[in-house]
Amino acid sequence: MRTDGAPAQVVEQALYEVRKTIHPRAVHGWFAGWRWALVWATQLVFYGLAWLPWNDRQAVLFDIAQRKFTLFGLILFPQDIIYLTVLLIIAALALFLFTAVAGRLWCGYACPQTVYTEIFLWVEEKIEGDRMARMKLDAAPLSARKFALKAAKHGVWIAIALWTGFTFVGYFTPIRELWDAVWSLGTGPWETFWVLFYGFATYGNAGWMRDQVCKYMCPYARFQSAMFDKDTLIISYDPERGEPRGKGPGKGHCVDCSICVQVCPTGIDIRDGLQYECIGCAACIDGCDQVMEKVGFPKGLIRYSTQHAMEQKLTRGEMLKRAFRPRVLLYSAILWIVIIVAGVSLWNRVPLKVDVIRDRAAISREVAGGLIENVYRLQIMNTSESARAYRLSVSGIPGIRIPGETVIEVDGAASRMVPVSVRIAPGAAEAGTHRIDFDIESTDDASVAVREKSVFIVR
Amino acid sequence: MNEFTSSFWDLYISIITLVSILACGVLLVAQSRRRVAGGEAETTGHTWDEDLGEYNNPLPRWWMWLFWITIVWGLAYLALYPGLGSYAGLWKWSQVGQLEQETARHEARFGPLYDRYARMDVQALLAEPRALAIGQKLFLNNCAQCHASDGAGSRGFPNLTDRDWQWGGTPEAVKTSITQGRTGVMPPMAVALGEQGTKDAAHYVMSLSGLAHDSIRAARGKPLFAQNCVACHGAEGKGNPLLGAPNLTDKTWLHGAAEPVIIETITRGRTNQMPAHQDLLGEARIHLLTAYVLSLSRQ
Repeated sequence: MRTDGAPAQVVEQALYEVRKTIHPRAVHGWFAGWRWALVWATQLVFYGLAWLPWNDRQAVLFDIAQRKFTLFGLILFPQDIIYLTVLLIIAALALFLFTAVAGRLWCGYACPQTVYTEIFLWVEEKIEGDRMARMKLDAAPLSARKFALKAAKHGVWIAIALWTGFTFVGYFTPIRELWDAVWSLGTGPWETFWVLFYGFATYGNAGWMRDQVCKYMCPYARFQSAMFDKDTLIISYDPERGEPRGKGPGKGHCVDCSICVQVCPTGIDIRDGLQYECIGCAACIDGCDQVMEKVGFPKGLIRYSTQHAMEQKLTRGEMLKRAFRPRVLLYSAILWIVIIVAGVSLWNRVPLKVDVIRDRAAISREVAGGLIENVYRLQIMNTSESARAYRLSVSGIPGIRIPGETVIEVDGAASRMVPVSVRIAPGAAEAGTHRIDFDIESTDDASVAVREKSVFIVR
Repeated sequence: MNEFTSSFWDLYISIITLVSILACGVLLVAQSRRRVAGGEAETTGHTWDEDLGEYNNPLPRWWMWLFWITIVWGLAYLALYPGLGSYAGLWKWSQVGQLEQETARHEARFGPLYDRYARMDVQALLAEPRALAIGQKLFLNNCAQCHASDGAGSRGFPNLTDRDWQWGGTPEAVKTSITQGRTGVMPPMAVALGEQGTKDAAHYVMSLSGLAHDSIRAARGKPLFAQNCVACHGAEGKGNPLLGAPNLTDKTWLHGAAEPVIIETITRGRTNQMPAHQDLLGEARIHLLTAYVLSLSRQ
């Protein structure tokens, strides 16, 4: 903006301000329905999954102390960190894709900040009343009624927050044991800390911080504008239809009822155009549609539309067709490739891991009969849930063999270090380094097999 | 602990640190409000590229508190922990202290486990798979570097899986070997025997364990052996576990059985050392290791 013009006076300006609480008006409609559906879907999974049993244990448990993640029938060890990486890549790519197609879908419908704020707002409305009642209550001096209402609200909020913190910790320490420990006040120091910390974060963010998390704290909210283009569906006010605002002849469809401002959880006026505060929740669409229905104008004065559609007066079909633009197709293609590769790799995953470590000090030695011997340590990790026996064999040099025990038993989800000596006949190989392979195969299932390479040294 | 000879540097660091923190506070106060020349209070008064202004989008006040919290946090940290020159901090925290604390915690946690096994005798431990599994871990971490992961050693490092014990194979003797270490010394005999005498003695030694040898040289070597070697290796060459002198009549050759190797052993002598592990491992772990080492030759 331009700042030319003579300096008239000196003003004192605060660079920090006291936040004004936003009391969004409750809204019902198609998009609010979707948001509630996602609140239910995400929260049923979050609160419920921790209690699901599987093979006599918790179905989903991230045991950090034991360095063992269990996901239903799958047991992941630190060596499987690649799957976590892939999961994050999939999440990031999905985010790019959805944002390119329809803006801040994640923010508006599925982000925990939105979901918990929605739940907390519902509690607030049930206890303190609607937007007007809440604003009046906030402005009123402290009375017994105000105190009782506020206490009840915060009580319910804190209960939900603590339950959320408890559930969160229940994914890292068995939740049933945690439940018993809570009632006997026997939770460990870290469990206690994280239940309270996560509970506090839920209470603080969904109860007090709300839109400020999106506006001042969330990094994703800042960088996603990079994924927008002029064909991205965004919540748009149609000024051509709406202006000039007001009622009566010669006025546009916008009756200036300010419902769209009242329902906005971040307190903006969508009629000013796309703003960084807009989390794309579509509450203003639901609000405006209800008003349009009442005053008898067609719905969609505020609607999901694109900048190009607005400028070039595209029909709905033309606008949606542009969803299939190169950027979207590319995101989709990469996303599907990553999902398929990860899926195939998980499907073919062998529940056995072997690491061969050559003894470094005793490089090569001669044993009775002039045989040449090398020593290795095999770290055998059984990542299935039941105990298994494995048969060891070695190949790569004519007549190479393991003189000792070749059947190794390992407990379920455990690992064992086994020293293994390997011998060859004198003269079977020249002096130097020779590539050999260890084959480790389950005795009862030939598909559970791993081949690891190593070297045999002849002096 | 302080490498600097003068306290100047302590003061230098402390003053710079504290002044910087205070300066941050002053900056915060100074920057929270500003007087803007110009009628439009909604811009910050910054002007870029001649006419580009910036709207004032005030941050919420709690954001300001975050800055103050970091300042208080920083000062509290500097009071509690060593951060200002040689000042040790109110909590007297140090890396060595933390290590000692963690070591003590570890001992408190695993001590009882070792104590239980320490009360059992070695023979009983041999029948205790869990004890042997712990022994194996200790062996792999502390002994396998020389004796190899399977305990069969290599040239110069004794094989622990045979029944041949240079220093004795009773539990007490093995335990003493680990606890106090052993130093086996074969003195160089080149001067006493001469080149031909050394070769003759070598062939006599080879004849003792049935290796291929030159019988004329062996016959010449026999009196040389009686004069020079029997003190340690015994009249029959059976060795002496009290001295660590190896038995020369068996098939075990620590340094190799080839003629040139034996000649070198006699000519230049050997000094072989097993280091003491008392301070490193302690009584209880050595007890478990003894059982594991003995289990190797009983399979």
